[in-house]
Amino acid sequence: MADPAPLRVVLVDDHRLFRAGVRTELAGEAGLQVVDEAETVPEAVALIIATQPDVVLLDVHMPDGGGRAVLAGVGEAAPRTRFLALSVSDAAEDVIGVIRGGARGYVTKSIAAGELADAVRRVAGGDAVFSPRLAGFVLDAFATSTPVPDDAPPADHADLDRLTARERDVLRLIARGYTYKEVASELFISDRTVETHVSSVLRKLQLSNRRELSRWAADRRFG
Amino acid sequence: MTTAVPVERAPHRRLVRAADGRALGGVAAGIADHLGLSPVLVRCAFVLLSLAGGAGIAMYGALWALVPQAAGGARPEGRAQIVALGAVGLGALLLLAAAGLLSPRVLPLMAATAGVALLWHQADQAQRSRWRASASGRRGGLLSVAVGLGLLVLGLTGFLASIGELGRAREGLLSTAVVVAGLAVLTGPWWLRTAHDLRAERRERIRSQERAEVAAHVHDSVLQTLALIRKAAEDPREVVRLARTQERELRGWLYTPTTPEQAAFAGALEQVAAEVEEAHGTTVEVVVVGDCPTSPTLLAVVAAAREALVNAAKHSGAATVSLYAEVTDDRVEVFVRDRGRGFDPAGVPADRFGLTQSVVGRMERHGGRAIVRSSAGQGTEIRLEVGRG
Repeated sequence: MADPAPLRVVLVDDHRLFRAGVRTELAGEAGLQVVDEAETVPEAVALIIATQPDVVLLDVHMPDGGGRAVLAGVGEAAPRTRFLALSVSDAAEDVIGVIRGGARGYVTKSIAAGELADAVRRVAGGDAVFSPRLAGFVLDAFATSTPVPDDAPPADHADLDRLTARERDVLRLIARGYTYKEVASELFISDRTVETHVSSVLRKLQLSNRRELSRWAADRRFG
Repeated sequence: MTTAVPVERAPHRRLVRAADGRALGGVAAGIADHLGLSPVLVRCAFVLLSLAGGAGIAMYGALWALVPQAAGGARPEGRAQIVALGAVGLGALLLLAAAGLLSPRVLPLMAATAGVALLWHQADQAQRSRWRASASGRRGGLLSVAVGLGLLVLGLTGFLASIGELGRAREGLLSTAVVVAGLAVLTGPWWLRTAHDLRAERRERIRSQERAEVAAHVHDSVLQTLALIRKAAEDPREVVRLARTQERELRGWLYTPTTPEQAAFAGALEQVAAEVEEAHGTTVEVVVVGDCPTSPTLLAVVAAAREALVNAAKHSGAATVSLYAEVTDDRVEVFVRDRGRGFDPAGVPADRFGLTQSVVGRMERHGGRAIVRSSAGQGTEIRLEVGRG
């Protein structure tokens, strides 16, 4: 696979200026191709179902329900498409909301072009993308639960509410500003293992039956 | 008996009827509060005035009707009020008996009066329960309105019957009822529309107030910053700094929890990060997990973190510095990391004196520690750690 087909990317954002900016930034990146863009929720849903892109860069905040509404609208109609949430918002509810809606990662709009391209590639490859801030939110949300022992049998349902000690270590390093590669060398594990841990945290975030999450969200209401 | 309650005098206080500590309508208590007298004194004055041809009663009634009620009365009717009402009723009866007016004709009129009093009283009550914003008084309110109306109708009917005018009155009432019904049908839609308009107008007023507040904030912050950015267009570093500062401010306004206790240790760190960002133009990404109230030790941690941030901003050459803090039950940890040029911690250069003194020394003085990890080309990470409690 010397030169695989470029990843097809769709931009969804209600700010024209921002879409133009991302388009320019990604234009310089090899292996990525922005195929189309949409600025409203219904437009985005129709476009994504029609074009079946590899990755959708999804704005969290838009009129008519934002990123969550797009995820709900597309549903199962684009099974191969992965979503990466992109936002200026710091509100934990919004961020956790799109992740639970099915997005495979969250980055802030201030992210550098190269890092954004990396994040797109990683999401397309089936991995999860955690920004330091998202890692912080997750640690905060699961802070009250005791860690699951690492050698526990693979997660039954109760364990969806808790992180393993190793997952916690990985998240803490990400929150400290480490890249996946740096996390791997810090913990003496492979890059692949870091990705496995992060994906597992993402899964817990999406599937946990909300006990920890809702308690945390209630503690941290934004006024 | 009762001592005068010292009241704080605000300038230009309006006379209001007391909502708490009232016997009847709160008129006497309100006046006493307003003049700084004992309520008992004022009540005695009313009684004396009442003996002077009923002037006191008339005054009391007028004040009850005209003076607004104090806001926020929390207590519902107590025993004192029942006693007071009973005393007033008994007094009225005795007065009539003494004047030889206690005839069957007067009784229905008294019932009607009681009904009116009940309705008035309920109007007060309704206002109070609106302030209390409780629905608990609503059913009781409806009941007393019904009883009041019943008494009024019964009393008037009784009076008319007693003077032998019931038959004529019935015809009159019937025609009145027809007229009223006709008027209601004619003007009903108009009333409905007026009520609707009032509601809509109120909503609109609230909305426009909110809009005005947002506009004021945007004007003071975002618009000003945009103007500054336009002026500083030649200086990219300044533009970045302005944009970043404004972003931080706006985020704080939009998303910061309003509860004050949330803004302890985490708030102090974010403040410090903002200051460093502002002073040195380096972006500081802050992530804080958990929070706790500050203490002298934690303030020292914040100060050390600040020094670490300043060091990174000044010497690392990195555009972004990460600040991560975690508060657990037994300790507080802070990490300051940059991906800048790094240095050899063993041979700390003279200009890094601040690091050993302000960071490491400060942490050790407060029973914590600071660990500096750095190597040339790999950036620097400073870890601050201190136990809690």
